[in-house]
Amino acid sequence: MAACGSNSGRASSGAGSLQQWYHQYGEKGTQQAALKFAKAYKDAAVTVQWVPGDYGSKLASGLLSSSAPDVFEDQLNIELIKTGQLAPLDDIFASVKDDFTDADVKLNTYEGKIYGIKMIDDPQFLYYRKSMFQKAGVQPPTTFDELIAGAKKLTNSKTKGVYFGSQNFVVDHIAPYLAAAGTSVVSADHKSNLLTPEVIAAFTKLRELYTSGSVLQSAPTEWTDPSAFIQELVAIQWCGLWALPQIKQAFGDDFGVMAIPSIGAQGKQVVYNGGWSTFVNAKGKNVDAAKKFVKWLWIDQTQYQEEWSLDYGFHIPPRKSVATKATKLQTGQAADAVKLAGQFGIVDDIAFTPKMATAVSDAGNKILRSGADPKAALGTADGIVQSELKRLFG
Amino acid sequence: MSETQTSTVAPAARSAARKAPVRRKNRQVRGRTGAFWLFVGPFLVGLAIFIYVPIVWSLVLSFFRAQNTVVPDVFVGIKNYVDMLTDSAFLSSLGTFTLFAIFIVPTTYLLALGLAVLINRARFARTFFRSVIFIPAACSYVVGSLVWKLSIFNGVRFGLANTLIATFGADPIPWLSATGGFPWYWPVIVTARLWLQVGFYMILLLAGLQQIPSNLYEAAYVDGAKPGWQTFVNVTLPGLRTATVAVLILNLINAYQAFDEFYNLLGNVPYARPPLVYLYYTALGASQDYGHGSAGALILAVLIAVVTIFQARVLGFGRASD
Repeated sequence: MAACGSNSGRASSGAGSLQQWYHQYGEKGTQQAALKFAKAYKDAAVTVQWVPGDYGSKLASGLLSSSAPDVFEDQLNIELIKTGQLAPLDDIFASVKDDFTDADVKLNTYEGKIYGIKMIDDPQFLYYRKSMFQKAGVQPPTTFDELIAGAKKLTNSKTKGVYFGSQNFVVDHIAPYLAAAGTSVVSADHKSNLLTPEVIAAFTKLRELYTSGSVLQSAPTEWTDPSAFIQELVAIQWCGLWALPQIKQAFGDDFGVMAIPSIGAQGKQVVYNGGWSTFVNAKGKNVDAAKKFVKWLWIDQTQYQEEWSLDYGFHIPPRKSVATKATKLQTGQAADAVKLAGQFGIVDDIAFTPKMATAVSDAGNKILRSGADPKAALGTADGIVQSELKRLFG
Repeated sequence: MSETQTSTVAPAARSAARKAPVRRKNRQVRGRTGAFWLFVGPFLVGLAIFIYVPIVWSLVLSFFRAQNTVVPDVFVGIKNYVDMLTDSAFLSSLGTFTLFAIFIVPTTYLLALGLAVLINRARFARTFFRSVIFIPAACSYVVGSLVWKLSIFNGVRFGLANTLIATFGADPIPWLSATGGFPWYWPVIVTARLWLQVGFYMILLLAGLQQIPSNLYEAAYVDGAKPGWQTFVNVTLPGLRTATVAVLILNLINAYQAFDEFYNLLGNVPYARPPLVYLYYTALGASQDYGHGSAGALILAVLIAVVTIFQARVLGFGRASD
C-alpha cells in the first residue's frame, strides 16, 4: 500500500493514536480533505491510509493483521458482524438517529444494533446526452426493451449506445440488474432466488443488450469514471452522482439523468443507492478512542460532512439536516438525480457475501460474454449461494 | 602400547607433535563450519520464516475451516480438498492455465531461439539489438500489463491496436471483454508475456550458442554438412541442450506462476482465470477463506511438482552430461 499519508509522523500504535482507512476517491481534493479532518481532531493522533486499488480485498486482509485500522469505511456485510469485527455504535448514534434517513439506518442495522454510520449516499443511475437523443429521435427509456432499441439508434461509427463498464460490467451491478427485474439474489427469508424465472429472464435480457452491437464493451476507464461519456464514446453511461460536476463542466445543460430501466413484466425502474459508511474495528487496540473520533467526525462536525458530500464530487448527505442545506443539489440535473434516488432507490442486502458475488458474477460473465445457457450457469452459482446461506443462517 | 615402550625420549613432546596437526585440522573444520553458517544461515532463516513456516501453516489450515481468520477454526478433515477438487471454477482455472502453458512455453522458446540465432549471426549493432530485445525483461509485469490494457489494447476505436486494424477497414475489437466468438483476450495476454520475457530467455540461449565450439561446425563442414538447416539441426540444437532444458523448465514454472498480467488485464473473470488468481480471490480477496485457499494452493503445488519432475525426466535435467 504505497499511498498513505500521515498527519503527525507519530508512531501508529499505543493509546492516543488511531489508524483510519479510506478507499481511494477519484475526485480531486478528497485526500487532502481527509487529512485535514484527521489533523483537526485533537484527542488522538489520526493516521490516514488512502488505499488505492482493490479496497475490499486489502481491507479484508488488513483487518486480520496487526496493523489493522481502528476506523474504516466500507459497506456493511454480515460476515463482518458474525466474526465480531465491528463494534456496535448505538451509544454514540442514538442522539442523531432521527436525523438520518430510514433507509440508511436500516442498512447499517442488524438484529437491533447499529454498526455503521453512513458518510455519503451515492446514487447510481444513467447519464444521457440530450442532443444525441434528439438527433436520433430517442426518448429516455423506461424499460430494457426501449433501452436496447434506443441504443441501436444512437450507435454510429464514432459513438456507441451504452456503457455499463468493461471488466466490472457484471460484478458491480448484480444487485441493481436484479432489482430492475423485480428480484434479488437472496430473498427476504434468506433463500436463493437464482433459479427463478425472473433472474433467468434478467440475464437473458442483459445478454440481448450486451450482444446488440450498441454496447461499448471496453474502455480505458471503468463505469465509475465519466471519461467514456465525456469523450463522447457513448450516448448513455452508468455512473454515479459523484461524477456530475465533471459532466456538467463538459456538457453544461446538454445531458440528463434517468433511472436504470426495468426488465420484464415484474420489473421496476431502479436507482442503486450505494455509498460508504464508517465503522469501528471491535478488535482494534483503541475501540473507545476510535468511537470518540467517529462521533466527532461523522456526528458532531456537520460542516465537514457537508464539505465531504459536496465540495469535491457530489454525494447526497445522509443526514436530513445537512441535506436541506445542500443548495448545490437543489437545482438542475443534481436535483433530478436526488429526486430519482428518492423515488427509485434501492440499497444493499448485507446477506449478499463476497463469495456469492463472485459466484453470481462468474455466472453472469459466462452468460453475457460467452453465451452460456443461463439455467446451467446460474445452477452452479445457486449451489454456492445456498451453501453460503446455510453457513450464515443455518 | 608398543609405542610407549619404544619411545623413551620425551613422550610428551612426541604426543604433542602427533596431536598438533589434528587440532589444526579441527580448527579448520570449525572455521569452515562457521563460514558455512555465516553465509547460509541468514538465507536459511529467511527461507524458514517466509517459505517453510507458511507452507506448514498452510498445510494445517487446509484441514480446518478458517474464514476471516488465519488461525485454524474448526477441524473439517479433507472437506476443503474435496470442495476444491469439485469446484468447477477451480478446475476450469487449471484448464485455463494448462491451455496457457501449452501455448506460451513453446512459443517463447521458439521466438527466443530465433532471436538468439539472428543476433548471434548479426554482423553489426549486435549489442544494440541484444539490449533492445532484453530491455523489456527489466519492466515489471504490472507496468507491462497496464500499458497493454490502457494504451495498446484498450478496446476503444482510437486504441493503438484498433487504429491499426481500422486501416484495414476492420471494426474496433473490445479486446479484453469480448463476447463469445473469438477469445480476443488471449492475444493480449500472450503478446504481453512474450514481450516481457522473450528477451531474458534469448540471452540464456545466446550464451548457450556462444558456448558451442566453432571447430564442431568446421568438422561438420569437412564431413560435408551444408551450412544452414543441416548444421543447425545436427550441431547447434544438440549443443544447446542444456540451455534448452533450463529455458523450458524456467518457462513452465513461470507459466504456473501466471498472475500479474491476468489479474491486471482481466480481473476476476471466469473465462481466463489461472489458479493463482482464483486462489487469490478465494483466500486473500474479500472472501478471506484461508481453509479452501490453502487446500487449493497445496493441490496446485503437488501438481506443479509432479509436472516438473516428469518434464525434468523427459528432458534429462540434471543428468550427468554425456
